[in-house]
Amino acid sequence: MSELAVPTEGRPTLDVVEVRRGAFGVHGSGDTSGFGGLVRPVALPVAAERPFGAVFDVIADEVEAGLTARDGAFSDSVERVLVAHEELTFVVRREHLLTFMSVLRDEPGLRFELCLGVTGIHWPGDLGAEFHAVYPLLSITHNRRVRVQTSCPAADIHLPSIVSVYPTNDWHEREAYDFFGIIFDGHPSLTRIEMPDDWLGHPQRKDYPLGGIPVEYKGATVPPADERRSYS
Amino acid sequence: MADVTFESTEFADSYETTEGRVYTVSGQDWDTVLAAPEGEHERIVVNMGPQHPSTHGVLRLILELDGETVTEARCGIGFLHTGIEKNMEFRTWTQGVTFVTRMDYLAPMFNETAYCLAIEKLLGITDQIPERASVIRVMMMELNRMSSHLVALATGGMELGALTAMIFGFRERELILDIFEMVSGLRMNSAFIRPGGVVQDLPAGAEEKIRETVALLRKRYKDTANLLVDNAIWLARTKDIGYLDLTGCMALGVTGPILRATGLPHDLRKSQPYCGYENYDFDVVTADTADVYGRFLIRIQELEQSLRIVEQCLDRLEPGPVMIGDKKVGWPAQLSVGGDGMGNSLDHIKEIMGTSMEALIHHFKLVTEGFRVPAGQVYQAVESPRGELGVHLVSDGGTRPYRVHFRDPSFTNLQAVAAMCEGSMIADVVAAVASIDPVMGGVDR
Repeated sequence: MSELAVPTEGRPTLDVVEVRRGAFGVHGSGDTSGFGGLVRPVALPVAAERPFGAVFDVIADEVEAGLTARDGAFSDSVERVLVAHEELTFVVRREHLLTFMSVLRDEPGLRFELCLGVTGIHWPGDLGAEFHAVYPLLSITHNRRVRVQTSCPAADIHLPSIVSVYPTNDWHEREAYDFFGIIFDGHPSLTRIEMPDDWLGHPQRKDYPLGGIPVEYKGATVPPADERRSYS
Repeated sequence: MADVTFESTEFADSYETTEGRVYTVSGQDWDTVLAAPEGEHERIVVNMGPQHPSTHGVLRLILELDGETVTEARCGIGFLHTGIEKNMEFRTWTQGVTFVTRMDYLAPMFNETAYCLAIEKLLGITDQIPERASVIRVMMMELNRMSSHLVALATGGMELGALTAMIFGFRERELILDIFEMVSGLRMNSAFIRPGGVVQDLPAGAEEKIRETVALLRKRYKDTANLLVDNAIWLARTKDIGYLDLTGCMALGVTGPILRATGLPHDLRKSQPYCGYENYDFDVVTADTADVYGRFLIRIQELEQSLRIVEQCLDRLEPGPVMIGDKKVGWPAQLSVGGDGMGNSLDHIKEIMGTSMEALIHHFKLVTEGFRVPAGQVYQAVESPRGELGVHLVSDGGTRPYRVHFRDPSFTNLQAVAAMCEGSMIADVVAAVASIDPVMGGVDR
């Protein structure tokens, strides 16, 4: 969270993960365009409150019951719940991830048989939670989807492996390790999967350059993609 | 590795490791191999691939053998990793289509549709996609499903020695690629489906051509089936081979024909319809054998279901726009297929350059800068020929994706190689891998 995320009365706290300054890659005193003064916070959707709508409340109730049956509390495990684009996301604290996943898989009212892998996301500005991991799940029995999100700080880049619950995540966790360097504790063989074994660095991190060379075509030179004008 | 001793012949060495004596049988070392002490465990590890015709692309299989029986099987992947997900973070949302279409190169329309549906969901414009665009998307996807299944049947047949099946499969696929070329200008990697709709309307005469092709395919697709379905050799090579039951599929996250071959009628087109699939009449094909033969039958029968859907698409096609009306999203370009592929129509260029400065500015801004997508994340899945193709999109509110992740079914399904092959004969590995039908472009991305 950055300095912009000051809670104010009656308004939900913005989940600011980054603050961007300038545009077109313009920075510093040489700027006469005025675009260098632009400030844009990057805020993700804020936590949802009950009722979540649709069947999401049913899922949340089942999760709560399942966690209680396993001597856990909903509020301990789940940091917040996100509802956006008709999709439900549980933001789970990493130490409770494995229990949470077994609840999702095993509770008869949930039965999320299919884990669809894990996506790593690098938010360098989200201090204390720089690396997010997102697990989409599908229940074929109930025809529902849910998403579980967890995070770890860059200083302690460890997450529990859920391969013991969902063996399908074997390769997916290796991929997230390969691309982001997230260490999944308890994974049977956490090695690189896409990059060569002796590769240095983790390519999908935001501080890892894309690379590329300028290309000359019909007399004009096109710079590599990461050096072109940026509007974001 | 304690002490390495080289018993030298000129060409090959054997040496001691913690796992025992290792023989690199590269020639002229037969004496040392034969001289292995009595009772020493023979452990042969064979590298199959990555350059091997029967591994379906650059897939490396590492097999541990006991005679001709596979005791352990592992996959090595990554030989076709091109960093598509990373590259997309440096391109606009629309440019991303050009990348995703190159992932699973046998199913480009599915990659494009999944990606575009995810963007549309994040933009909140799913309801505004014109009906005609959705129908064309479905039609393209189903034609593509056929061409992909035909390649699966063709290469699968070839790998087991049924070369005629390959000739038939590629012959039929060519008909479908001709349609793609007519519609989008390209046989593969067409970048035809774009956020907001499809890039251009069907050209004149396309509907008739598709109708003719469908009629021809209806006659011809059975050729492969007639050749193989009751063929004793084919049955011997595929029946009870590569067995993977429902429990195994669920644990390993396997979807698509492999999952349906266990008898579970799971198809996202039915269970979570997108692009209006709920309006089409088709059956989910299943088998209950959970083996290579069952998957083969499913692919054959899905050809017919796809033909049914394409015919319904042709009947549903009503004149209308094929791109969203929102000018902030839909490209203003009026594209047309020229001699060298798809490009801006000369009439449109003449108009914006000559008569409308505002249109020129708008065109320039939208094409170079792109549109902004609200911050957030979505997951969108479509039923590709190989199973659930999922897209996880993360936006930071900018003109480029912050993170795109594809859950490619080939990647996940390949994990089943060990479960399917261990304990089988080495020749059956080829059959099992062919029935998974992995496309390495999708696996490695």
